[in-house]
Amino acid sequence: MLTRRIIACLDVDGGRVVKGTRFVDLRDAGDCAELAARHQADGIDEIVLLDISATRANRGTLLESVRRTARELFIPFMVGGGIRRWEDAAAALDAGADKISINSAAVQRPELLTELASRFGSQAVVVAIDAMSGNGTAEVAIAGGTTRTGKDVLTWALEAESRGAGEILLTSMAQDGTRDGFDCELTKRVSTAVSIPVIASGGAGKAEDFVAVFNEGAADAALAASIFHSGEITPRALKQHLRAAGTAMRWPC
Amino acid sequence: MIAILDYRAGNLASVKNAFDALGAQTVVTSDPIVARAAKKIVLPGVGHFAATATLEDLGLTEGIRDAIRGGVPFLGICVGMQWLFEGSDEAPGVAGLGALAGSCRRFPQNALKCPHVGWNSLEVREASRLFRGVTEPSPFAYFTHSFYADATPATTATTEYGVRFSAAVETDNIFGVQFHPEKSGSVGLQVLRNFVELPC
Repeated sequence: MLTRRIIACLDVDGGRVVKGTRFVDLRDAGDCAELAARHQADGIDEIVLLDISATRANRGTLLESVRRTARELFIPFMVGGGIRRWEDAAAALDAGADKISINSAAVQRPELLTELASRFGSQAVVVAIDAMSGNGTAEVAIAGGTTRTGKDVLTWALEAESRGAGEILLTSMAQDGTRDGFDCELTKRVSTAVSIPVIASGGAGKAEDFVAVFNEGAADAALAASIFHSGEITPRALKQHLRAAGTAMRWPC
Repeated sequence: MIAILDYRAGNLASVKNAFDALGAQTVVTSDPIVARAAKKIVLPGVGHFAATATLEDLGLTEGIRDAIRGGVPFLGICVGMQWLFEGSDEAPGVAGLGALAGSCRRFPQNALKCPHVGWNSLEVREASRLFRGVTEPSPFAYFTHSFYADATPATTATTEYGVRFSAAVETDNIFGVQFHPEKSGSVGLQVLRNFVELPC
């Protein structure tokens, strides 16, 4: 049986993992390669590395981080942040990423998704959508959540799928870093409308949040950062909880 | 030396990295001469079945055919496994190697999402050389694909996703896995280790 995935996210700046609340107020959480290897040993299903500095000047540092992290990983590994051209994607894949996530650049030029999918395959192309919710609607934000676009999240998700994205990484900006739980309503709306997998992100705080996002949110995968980095819950303990709640998990892991 | 064939279809870094971790000597190559001289051949595959047409363009198909005929162990991964069959609905004009009977089809349109992405369980059918030492009754492996091959007499493991399909095939010196062993944790590494340790 296909299982739901638990994904650990490493927000990386200069090779160090940082974690903030609502995309600001950053704290150091350790070395990216060491943390990724630890999460793998603790039973995580997948690792995401997001370059939050995402500046041209830091590109070399980022690729070195990707290379070091990939060397130790034998589970799927996604890399995102600042990928604007197919050359950026190729460099990340060459450095050992299995998938790349595209956010702002895809919104600004949706053809990029098609170009990347035809070159690397849809399985390697993840569209990352930062959603700003309010009044029953959700709007796509870009540039690390600083710029509103006026695009509807659901409309954009469907367009991204039709343009060749193989998965959607859906982050609720309102929930991100709060530990108040995922936005199940938004996740369900997107996940039931598209036919590609949706990774829910933003708001993971406790095991029940994951149960909810799988059951009520219809998420195919759920992503968290700080709760894993701090060690307060291991992926394995989380999966045990989810299995007891009736969610299919990779086990043993 | 194990030749990992590069047919310009995406990313080989993960496959090479996994063999490196097992201490195996590998070379990534598009050169038919290098492929013919290899002790073992790995055909990775991500992306589209049409990309396998490049094997013909590069002159690799005949080399692979000769190597297989000469007893060289061959492992196809994902699209690399699908290529062992006669073809795929994904690229109707492109012939597979035809070492296995049948053609690959798209998952049926229904409530299930397509592509099939994630960790799914394997039902290992019988004494399989690739799964030697994998002790779990239903081990998990990582999949990402939209097309599949039906179970055949060569099938050694199946997986269920709306339909039950070939997760692994094995006949004589020909091996194939639909999942990504390089991304399937300790189970995947054991599969690759078994391939590395095959006599040749």
